[in-house]
Amino acid sequence: MASNYNSAERQRIAQQRLKIIAGHLQKDEDGEPTRIFANDCKAEATDRHSSSTSTMPKRRQEVMKWNGWGYSDSRFLFNKKGQAEFTGKRYRLSGMILPSLKDWFEGTFGASLQHKTPAATSLSSSAVQPPSLNEDFVQDLKATGIPYSHEAEDRVFRAHGHCLHEIFALREGKFGRVPDMVVWPNCHDAVVKIVELASKHNVCLIPYGGGTSVSSALECPQEETRSIVSVDTSQMNRILWIDEKNLTAHVEAGIVGQELERALNESGYCTGHEPDSMEFSSLGGWVATRASGMKKNIYGNIEDLVVHIRMVTPRGVIEKSCQGPRMSTGPDIHHFILGSEGTLGVVTEVTMKIRPVPEYQKYGSVVFPNFEQGVACLREVARQRCAPASIRLMDNAQFQFGHALKPQVSSIFTSFLDGLKNIYITKFKGFDPHRLCVATLLFEGNRERVLQHEKQVYDIAATFGGLAAGEDNGQRGYMLTFVIAYLRDLGMDYYVIGESFETSVPWDRVLDLCRNVKERIVRECKDKGVQFPPLSTCRVTQTYDAGACVYFYFAFNYRGLADPVHVYEQVEHAAREEILANGGSLSHHHGVGKLRKQWMQESISSVGLGMLKSVKDYVDPDNIFGNRNLLSSRNQHRTAARAGVPVSPQ
Amino acid sequence: MASKTLYSQRDPALKKRDDFEDILEERRNFSDLRYALRCYTPVLYKGMTPCKPSMLKTIVLQSEQLHYVVNQVSKETGEATDIIQEEAVVILEEMAQRLQLSTIRFFAFTLSKAFKALFQSIRVNEEGIQRLQQAIQEHPVVLLPSHRSYLDFLLMSYILYTYDLALPVIAAGMDFLGMKFVGEMLRMSGAFFIRRSFGGDKLYWAVFSEYVKTMLRNGYAPIEFFLEGTRSRTCKSLTPKLGLLNIVMDPFFKGEVFDVNVVPISISYERVLEEALYARELLGVPKPKESTSGLLKARRILSEDYGSIHVYFGQPVSVRSLAQGRINRSQYNLVPRHIPAKPSEDALDFVSDTAYRLVRKQEENMVLRPWVLIAAILMQNLDGMDSALLTEQTAWLRGLARAFGAFLDWPDNEPAAKAVSSSLALHRDLVRTEGGRVLLTEQPPESSSPEEALFNRAVAALSCASYRNQILHVFLRPALAAVAMDAAATSRKDDVYGSFALLRDVFSNEFILCPGAASRTGVVTLARRERDTRDFEEACYLLMKCGAVQILKQDIVVTERGRPVLSFLSGMLEPFLQGYQVVCRYFREEANEGLTEKQYVPAVRSFAVKRILSDGLKCYEALSSDLQKNALAALLRMNALKKVKVVDLVTLKVNKTAVKTLEDALGCKVPVQKPVLARL
Ligand SMILES: Cc1cc2nc3c(=O)[nH]c(=O)nc-3n(C[C@H](O)[C@H](O)[C@H](O)COP(=O)(O)OP(=O)(O)OC[C@H]3O[C@@H](n4cnc5c(N)ncnc54)[C@H](O)[C@@H]3O)c2cc1C
Repeated sequence: MASNYNSAERQRIAQQRLKIIAGHLQKDEDGEPTRIFANDCKAEATDRHSSSTSTMPKRRQEVMKWNGWGYSDSRFLFNKKGQAEFTGKRYRLSGMILPSLKDWFEGTFGASLQHKTPAATSLSSSAVQPPSLNEDFVQDLKATGIPYSHEAEDRVFRAHGHCLHEIFALREGKFGRVPDMVVWPNCHDAVVKIVELASKHNVCLIPYGGGTSVSSALECPQEETRSIVSVDTSQMNRILWIDEKNLTAHVEAGIVGQELERALNESGYCTGHEPDSMEFSSLGGWVATRASGMKKNIYGNIEDLVVHIRMVTPRGVIEKSCQGPRMSTGPDIHHFILGSEGTLGVVTEVTMKIRPVPEYQKYGSVVFPNFEQGVACLREVARQRCAPASIRLMDNAQFQFGHALKPQVSSIFTSFLDGLKNIYITKFKGFDPHRLCVATLLFEGNRERVLQHEKQVYDIAATFGGLAAGEDNGQRGYMLTFVIAYLRDLGMDYYVIGESFETSVPWDRVLDLCRNVKERIVRECKDKGVQFPPLSTCRVTQTYDAGACVYFYFAFNYRGLADPVHVYEQVEHAAREEILANGGSLSHHHGVGKLRKQWMQESISSVGLGMLKSVKDYVDPDNIFGNRNLLSSRNQHRTAARAGVPVSPQ
Repeated sequence: MASKTLYSQRDPALKKRDDFEDILEERRNFSDLRYALRCYTPVLYKGMTPCKPSMLKTIVLQSEQLHYVVNQVSKETGEATDIIQEEAVVILEEMAQRLQLSTIRFFAFTLSKAFKALFQSIRVNEEGIQRLQQAIQEHPVVLLPSHRSYLDFLLMSYILYTYDLALPVIAAGMDFLGMKFVGEMLRMSGAFFIRRSFGGDKLYWAVFSEYVKTMLRNGYAPIEFFLEGTRSRTCKSLTPKLGLLNIVMDPFFKGEVFDVNVVPISISYERVLEEALYARELLGVPKPKESTSGLLKARRILSEDYGSIHVYFGQPVSVRSLAQGRINRSQYNLVPRHIPAKPSEDALDFVSDTAYRLVRKQEENMVLRPWVLIAAILMQNLDGMDSALLTEQTAWLRGLARAFGAFLDWPDNEPAAKAVSSSLALHRDLVRTEGGRVLLTEQPPESSSPEEALFNRAVAALSCASYRNQILHVFLRPALAAVAMDAAATSRKDDVYGSFALLRDVFSNEFILCPGAASRTGVVTLARRERDTRDFEEACYLLMKCGAVQILKQDIVVTERGRPVLSFLSGMLEPFLQGYQVVCRYFREEANEGLTEKQYVPAVRSFAVKRILSDGLKCYEALSSDLQKNALAALLRMNALKKVKVVDLVTLKVNKTAVKTLEDALGCKVPVQKPVLARL
């Protein structure tokens, strides 16, 4: 039967695909993967064990850093010889020496290996406020059998995302308001119970997915006086069913990206949703923040991928009655949920589109004489609607940075390096090494079509002076995606702090915005007394018909500053103002959280804000989901909305 | 480098600003030829994309901005787009500069010769040059020199060449093109030519603004233009024209450049080359059409001594810093930036306030020679005065000027007598000493008819006035306050302010006064209120500082030593008050129905001649077309006159009561009261 053949073929491709992802992550594959379950709650204890390797343990701190990024076993450090090294075994780069990183690091930031700023080594529980528990709630919760904890380590872990100020404080051993309790529901019904009890006892709930938020979304509001309970969704991580006829999968919202892909791949499918944080971020988190994956050109962003969402709110459960692919039933209620940032309820289950794992993948890269040409090329690619699965354009500073991450030995790296050297000599002679920039590409699909597609893109690139610079160069770029996040911790060991932030902007303003924001950062740093020029760089990471997504990286050496985090925040604030003044959006995918909510009114108008507010007021009148993201504190808003006057932003 | 200095408070200790260096000194000692041929390697704007003048034109002609307007015009007129595009090409051809180093070298050589013959020295503040050099590298730069002479822009390029700075492109009036050869020479030294008026011509505007913006965005060269729009014939700063300033700020507003640095530059001539021409021009002797032969005849002037020139390069001002908190740049987010749009309220307001501040910066940095103090005194003694008294008063006025922060080039150790005598010597064309009395010289001394005699006296008086005008800005605000104190019903600060505000409104075309006090939208913002009282507060501050008044509770009280100060100050404005009254009287008594704007100047002039001859009025300024035009603008602005369009003719309709009220107020006949103000 044809379908048999198909599924056999799919299995084969899936195996291949699995290898690729495993290659990137190099995680031990011996653990039992996520299985597909019937739609009832997991039996306690029994199943728990069998899937332990693929489920995030409740005690996350056992595998992950409590005060930095990612797995505890993986980190950058400068070894005794002063060479940079990446530890662990998980990634392709693991165990490698990066000989040029030190010079780049010292040269770029004026930092020195002599000047260290080590982090507090362990979490001292005594520095954490004792939990303020709502005894009645705890009593009722106990009766349900849903696991919970009020240990300091568990609570601290869920009190933050990965904003600079959050990690900085942890490294210094400082803790602000943290949740008073963590609960681990393992299915939709458990969440329903938790929300009921919270409403009954007036407890504040904060959903917690992967904890990768970069918008202060997980931060507990200082002013919250009620008991705060973090709802950790990590134990709700099953794929409940796969529908091959409609190409959909019904998945519990706590599943993290890499597990979702791994499990689907086994059946020959994928979602294709690959945000850079996919190792840790969760499906519910994506929905709650309107996340965007690297390969959105083929698969779409999260809002394009979801077919059905189930969310538990204090008013009850919200969901649609069918899974029609598109509906005209008034404003799409999904859009109140997408981007709600945990202010309305807990997303528990999602039906998502899936695709057969692509038969063929190919990386690529193009070098352009300068950033302007690179942007012009991306624009043309978008105009012709022929963007590959992913296309990213790095500016010169990032290109230089990429070079600094060259490892010492590795088959793929050496070949790449040699290749690059050759290409340099033969082809790039006319290029100014201080201006050129690189685009990395990823093509996916049917082999023949990939090759065709590739040619089309390279032909366009050529008209903008772009020269193909090899597959390996591209592959390396994507591989670095997962390890770059670890670098900030290294910087923080040596007086360097930094962050990335993003925006989306119409095509005609991309260049102006990039230039002005980068320059604004440099200027503000100077004005604020930063001694050494900062690293201020950007890349274009997504293309759309009408514009692009731009990412900025910004870091500086803070020696000599009394309050580096404050300086950092002032500069980021200025950079955001500059973005808005140049026609950029408040956020393309990181969301608003608390970090950017001061600009919400300006961004969506006071009527728009009033609409959101009225939804919140209806769905959650007692502010049970009290993380205070998106909307400014209640009263402020109400008056502004009622008066109908735009209050001029400061 | 660039800063918000436009907002800096007046520095009370403005004794010594930067040191000046005489750039002619080296020229007198070394070869001009070698200088003209020397290696020239200026630092350039870091973001510059190098391109040729021809390339610039292509960029402009292919720009989205221009295409949009071409299509728009085509739709409106029914003309094919390629014909309109062709028109654009012609406009651009006529406009574009063709900066060439060889031409600059030619000028470097010839001007060296000419300058040495004409001037004792050309002094430039070196620190300003250093600041400029820095600014040029950082951001696109706009140079804004004051404009008193045709020489200004050649002089500017000459100086920049001397200091190895990037040569500017200069917005020049089309009239130069009348002189074929000279026009082309100027074009090759960086001038681009703009028609004086192009009212509703969208296409012209599009080509012009896109041309300027393209040069700015590319960092092609510093852009130079004259905020005042034209040479000031009176040596008073002219109220700024906003068009070009708007254009050069637009790329910043729209995020096309990170910042723009504007540099106010003050060029002070000890004697302006055009001195004699200006007074005649103001009196209605038609201006000779700029012609090459005319300029050549000007060689005659090469034999004269024109003293020194001071060029002060002011602190570069960052438009970004100025606009902080005043311009919401996201207002440009919702419309494609290539579509021309009227500037928004806040942009207009910002540009006009900035223009005003920049002109005031130009004024403040004008270097003043002792002679301008003398001229100011002589203007109050047109029948001549005892030379010893003149010396004494000059010394007194020097003290007052210093207290008010004047940038005086008068060394501490130089006694007044010496300063006076050498000034009189340099200006012997204008003044003579006879039997211990200093008098204005009339040329020719003997005249036949009374009108001719009057004309000659007026030439002398207006020439002298042009020197007084150079220091007017120092005394202006206190002087307006002095007049207001005379006119106000009481000495209460409120009342004085009421009179002051009226004077300010009347004279806002005549002098550089804070604009836009009256809000267009009716919303009085804090910034506007501040602006409303800015001039008055400054006046009070200065008068208190020099001890002329005390402010006791709500009252402004004149001190004993303040009396001569205040009377001198009001005397300084007297000619203007009288001049405006003459204009008012003309409108009340003589202006007939159907008077056109064109007829106005000659008509009011002959009215003034009659008044002076019959009433013994000494107000020669009433004869100045400059004052007449300013007064007309004021009357129109204050609704005492209206323009009425009958068929194709625009005529002036007079509201006699309103004119009378104003005239009385200016003559201090009735104390200005609020209801009166309200009616105006
Ligand atoms: C290194 C790094 C790379 C990143 N790359 C990307 C990227 O490529 N694309 C992208 O879009 N984002 C990216 N992010 C941002 C972040 O990963 C996303 O915002 C992600 O969607 C958050 O998911 P999470 O599961 O970690 O949510 P969390 O961080 O746990 O929570 C985020 C918000 O969602 C709420 N929330 C979480 N789960 C639920 C739920 N089940 N129901 C209701 N509300 C919930 C929380 O209350 C909180 O307000 C990156 C972040 C980092 C640190």
